[in-house]
Amino acid sequence: MVRPTKVTNSIRALRFANGEMTQAELADRVGVTRQTIIAIEQGRYSPSLEMAFQLARVFKVPLDDVFQYPDSGD
Amino acid sequence: MSSEEKRSWIYVVVGVGVAAVYFVAVLSKVPGADVGGIVYARPMIVAIGAGIGLGIVAGIAAAIASPREADRVDERDRQIHRLGGHVGFYVMSVAAIVPLVLAMARAPHFWIANSLYLAFVLATLVSSIAKIVSYRRGF
Repeated sequence: MVRPTKVTNSIRALRFANGEMTQAELADRVGVTRQTIIAIEQGRYSPSLEMAFQLARVFKVPLDDVFQYPDSGD
Repeated sequence: MSSEEKRSWIYVVVGVGVAAVYFVAVLSKVPGADVGGIVYARPMIVAIGAGIGLGIVAGIAAAIASPREADRVDERDRQIHRLGGHVGFYVMSVAAIVPLVLAMARAPHFWIANSLYLAFVLATLVSSIAKIVSYRRGF
């Protein structure tokens, strides 16, 4: 049932770099639950494209700075 | 734990608990008895009502205990809810074959009704477990 995702993210580092934003604060900014932010950071959930852009918008960085995908063959 | 995950846990506990009480109470009357004379309709309706009522009360209690995210449902919750619905549908589709076959075999209404109720209980239980696994292990 669980499909492992190859998508990794830098959300935790970006939170700390942005005034040590808490998971709850980030969740409120994006309009999701704190548990969803936790699941994204731990790689247990791949957000939708829209949420991915919203997260990048919060940190004011490009999408690639928030989410990374390995090259094929990695 | 999000409010939706709590709701899934509530469905598992309440669903299994209420159904277990019902089936023990009713099926304990079967040995040596004519099933046509066993009163099951009212106990089943009471069990269904109790399950719904307890679920609502437990949900309200959970929301009062954690009011901050009580009313927040996000895309992850909706996707997991959809997955649970699909899993429950497949379980119900298979489990409903039993009452269907019993009806075709003109079995007593007692067995048809109880096998159908069991199918509903199993579908809800498996659906809720699928959601909990998705919340815990990833989706």
